[in-house]
Amino acid sequence: MTATKKDPVVVILQLSGANDPLNTIVPYTNPYYRDNRPKVGIPEDQVIPINEELGFNPNMGPVQKLYEEGKVAIVHGIGYENSPRSHFRSMDIWHTCEPDKVGTEGWLGKVIRDLDPKGSNVLTGVNFGQGLPRALALRGVPVTSVSDLASYGVLSEIPGISSERERDRMLDLFARIYAPTIGTGPVMDYLSHTGQNVLDGADIIRVAPETYSSSIEYADTPIARSLKSVAQVHLANLGTQIFYTQHGSFDTHFNQLPQHTRLWTDVGRAIGDFYSDLQEHNASDNVIMVLFTEFGRRVKDNGTGTDHGAGGIAFVIGDQVKGGMYNEYPSLKPEHLTQGDLEPNYDFRGFYSTVIERWLGLDPVAVVGGTFEQLSFV
Amino acid sequence: MTTREQISLMSHLMRRAGFGAPISEVEDRVTKGYEETVEELLNPADQEPLDEDLLYRYFPNYEGGMAPNQAQAQWIYRMINTKRPLEEKMVLFWHQLFATGNSKIDNPPELTQQIAMFRNHALGDFPALLVELAKNPAMIYWLDNNGNHKGSINENWGRELLELFSMGVGNYSEEDIKEASRAFTGWTIAPKIPRLPLGRFYWDFEYKPEDHDSADKTFLGVTGDFNGQDIIDIVVKQPATGRFLCRHLYNFFVADEPQVPSWNITPPTDPAAIDVLERTYHDSSYNVASVLRVLFNSDFFKNARFKHVKSTAELVVGTVRMAQGLSGPQVGYQSVADECTYQGQELLNPPSVESWHTGEEWIDGGALVRRVNFAAKYFSNTDLEGIRTIIDYIKARGTLSPNEFLDSCLELMGPIELGNSTYQELLKHITEDGDLSWDSSPDTSESERRIGILLAMVSASREYQFA
Repeated sequence: MTATKKDPVVVILQLSGANDPLNTIVPYTNPYYRDNRPKVGIPEDQVIPINEELGFNPNMGPVQKLYEEGKVAIVHGIGYENSPRSHFRSMDIWHTCEPDKVGTEGWLGKVIRDLDPKGSNVLTGVNFGQGLPRALALRGVPVTSVSDLASYGVLSEIPGISSERERDRMLDLFARIYAPTIGTGPVMDYLSHTGQNVLDGADIIRVAPETYSSSIEYADTPIARSLKSVAQVHLANLGTQIFYTQHGSFDTHFNQLPQHTRLWTDVGRAIGDFYSDLQEHNASDNVIMVLFTEFGRRVKDNGTGTDHGAGGIAFVIGDQVKGGMYNEYPSLKPEHLTQGDLEPNYDFRGFYSTVIERWLGLDPVAVVGGTFEQLSFV
Repeated sequence: MTTREQISLMSHLMRRAGFGAPISEVEDRVTKGYEETVEELLNPADQEPLDEDLLYRYFPNYEGGMAPNQAQAQWIYRMINTKRPLEEKMVLFWHQLFATGNSKIDNPPELTQQIAMFRNHALGDFPALLVELAKNPAMIYWLDNNGNHKGSINENWGRELLELFSMGVGNYSEEDIKEASRAFTGWTIAPKIPRLPLGRFYWDFEYKPEDHDSADKTFLGVTGDFNGQDIIDIVVKQPATGRFLCRHLYNFFVADEPQVPSWNITPPTDPAAIDVLERTYHDSSYNVASVLRVLFNSDFFKNARFKHVKSTAELVVGTVRMAQGLSGPQVGYQSVADECTYQGQELLNPPSVESWHTGEEWIDGGALVRRVNFAAKYFSNTDLEGIRTIIDYIKARGTLSPNEFLDSCLELMGPIELGNSTYQELLKHITEDGDLSWDSSPDTSESERRIGILLAMVSASREYQFA
C-alpha cells in the first residue's frame, strides 16, 4: 500500500448532462438574468443570498451550509475556448484535457499513475458506478470500478464447486489464464490487467462495508448510495486517493425547474450527509470533493428549459478549502455573450492544475498538457 | 461431411448476426448452407413471429409494463426466444445508434413502442426508418422536438440527427443544424393523457402545420421551403451518411473500431470494406438488408472471428442461449435484464444520447467480475438443456484423455479459439484430475460435474469476452 491515512484524497463528483450555472449560483439581482429567464428563472425570494448579486439555488441548502463554514470554493466562468456544445465531445475534453484532438488518456489515470507509479495498490483509484469514465482510463494503470460494494469478486457463485479447495484452485487458475501474454494484442493485454486487478482488489475492498458503522442515514438515492460507498472505502483506510462518481442527468432542455430541483435536492443532501459522516469519524480533513460539469447552459431559456451553453461552474468542498468565490461571474450583457452563451473566463486545466499541484503535490504540466493559471482555493 | 471450419464459420455468423446458437442449431444450419442461412436471416418474415400473447398470459404485467425492468425483460425474452435472430440483433443495433433512455422518458411502454418500430424497420430502407424516428414520440420527447417551435427553435433533435444519427461530426455547420431544426418545427406529440390516476398511456405523434416554419431554409447548400421529410431526403444521400452508417454496421457486426467521436479524424481500420458497404448503401437506394447481405458474405466478415468484444447484451443473451437456460414463458427474464444493467448496459436506458462506448470499453473491472460470474454460473449448471446436450455429445465419445476432454468442450462451446497459454493452463488443471470416465455411476456424475466446471472456466477466460 502506498498511501497512508492522511495522504490527500480527492472525490470527484461529475454532474453529467451540463448543469445550468445560472440557476445554481443565481445572479438574482441582475436584470439580464430576469430578461433571459422569463420561464426558467428562480424568484429572488427563493434564492439563498451570498451577497447582493449572487445566491445559491434554494435546493442547495447543505452545500450553502458548508459554504457558510468557509469550506466551499465556487469557481465561476470555467470552461475552455470554442466550447463544442456536444455532451460527448465536451465530456471527453474534460476527461482527457485534449480540446483540439480526441484524447484517450484520462487525466485522473495519469494522476493515479503519478501517485502510485508501480501500480502497487489497485485501489489508489476507485470508481463507483456503471462503466469506467474516460477520466480514469489509462492503459497500464489499475483502477477498481465497483457497481456494488458488497458482492465484489470473481467465481463467487458457481453451483458445481465441491469444496473451498476447489474454489481456491479455480481462482488460482483464473489468475494464470489472465496472465499477460506477449503478442496477443492490446485488448487481450487490457483484459489481463483488468482481471489481475479485479483479483487483487476484491479481497481488500470487501472489508470496507463490513468494518463500517455510522450514525448517518443516507437517503435512498443513487448519489447517496455512491457517496456512502466512498465513505466506507475511505474510512477503511485502503489507500484510495482518487474516488470518482457521477450523477445526472442535468440535461434540462425541457421542464427544467422541477428536474433541477430534484437533482440538487438529491446531490445537496448526499454531499451534506457524506461530510457529516467523515466528520463523525474524524476523517474529513484530508478530503476535498470536486464537482464539475461538461459545460453550462444557454443564457436565454427556451420556454421550459435551457439548451447547451459554454461557460460553467465548478465547486471544491473540504475542511482545508479556502472558501469563497473565484473568478468573475461571466457577464450576461448581450455584447459579452458568445452565440448566446456565457463566455468562459477560466480554463478548466488551471483548475485541475490547482488540485494536482497544491492538493496532491504532483506536477500538473504533463497531466493537463501545459501550464495554466492556478487558483488559491487550497 | 460437416467440417470443423463450417461449424466455426456458422457459429461466427450466428454470434454476430444473432445472439449465438447452441451446437445443435449450428449443425442444422451448416446442413442448410451458409448463404442460405444469410438469406433466411435477412428475410425474418419467413420465420414464425414470437407469440407475445403467450408471454402475456403468463406475465400480464409485461404488457405495457410500467417498471423499467419489465419492459427490459420483455425485450430480453425476444432476444432469447426469437426465430428471427438478425431482426432482433438489428433492433439492438438501432437502439444503440438511436440511444433513447428511460431516465428522461420515464415511460417504459413508450420505449417498448420505439423498440417495436425498430423491429418493423429493422432491415428496411434507412430513409423510412429516419422518418419514423423523427415521428417517434419517445424520440421527440427525448430530444425535445416538442419544444422546437416556429420562431423559437430547440436544436437538440436537429443537432443529434446530424451528429449522432446520420452524418457524424465535422460534415455540416452550426447553421445547418439551425436550418434542419426549423424544418422539424411542428413535429410534436399530441397532448398527453395525464399519468394520474390511471397510469401511463402511449403517446402520439402530431404534426402541427400552424407551428411549422414554412419559410425557405438553406441546408447543406440547398435552398427550399423544406419540411422534415425533405431534410431526411437530403441527409441520406450524403456520402458522409453512407460512410457513417456503414462504419457503425462494421463496428457492430465485423470488428471493433475506435470510439465514434474520433471518426471524423481517424480513418476506418479497413477502408476497402467500408467502401464496398458504402457503395452498396447508395446502389440499393439506402437499403439496410442489401448492405448486410454484402457484409455477411464478404471475406472481411468471415475472417473477423473473435475480433469483436462482446457487448453486455451479446455476452448475457449469448450465454443464456447457448446454455438454453431460459426458454418460453418462465420466471427469470427480469433477472437477466437486471444483469445487463449491472454489467453496464441498461437496456432502454443508455447513459446519454451518445450511447454506450463499445469495444474494450464494455469491460471495466466491475463489469468483468459480473461477466465472469454470470457466464460461469450458467455453464456450470449441468441441469440446463444446453449444458446437458454438451455433456451428451462428450459422453458419446467414451473415456477421454484430458486433451480430448478440453478439445471437446472448446469445440462444443463455439468452437472457441483459446490462446496457447490459456489452453495449456486449462489442460494442466484438468490433467491433475485425470481422465474423464463414464465407467460407473459415481464416475458419471463426477464427470458431468467436471464438464460443468471446465465450461465455466472457459467462459471465465479472456477469450470468451470476444465474439
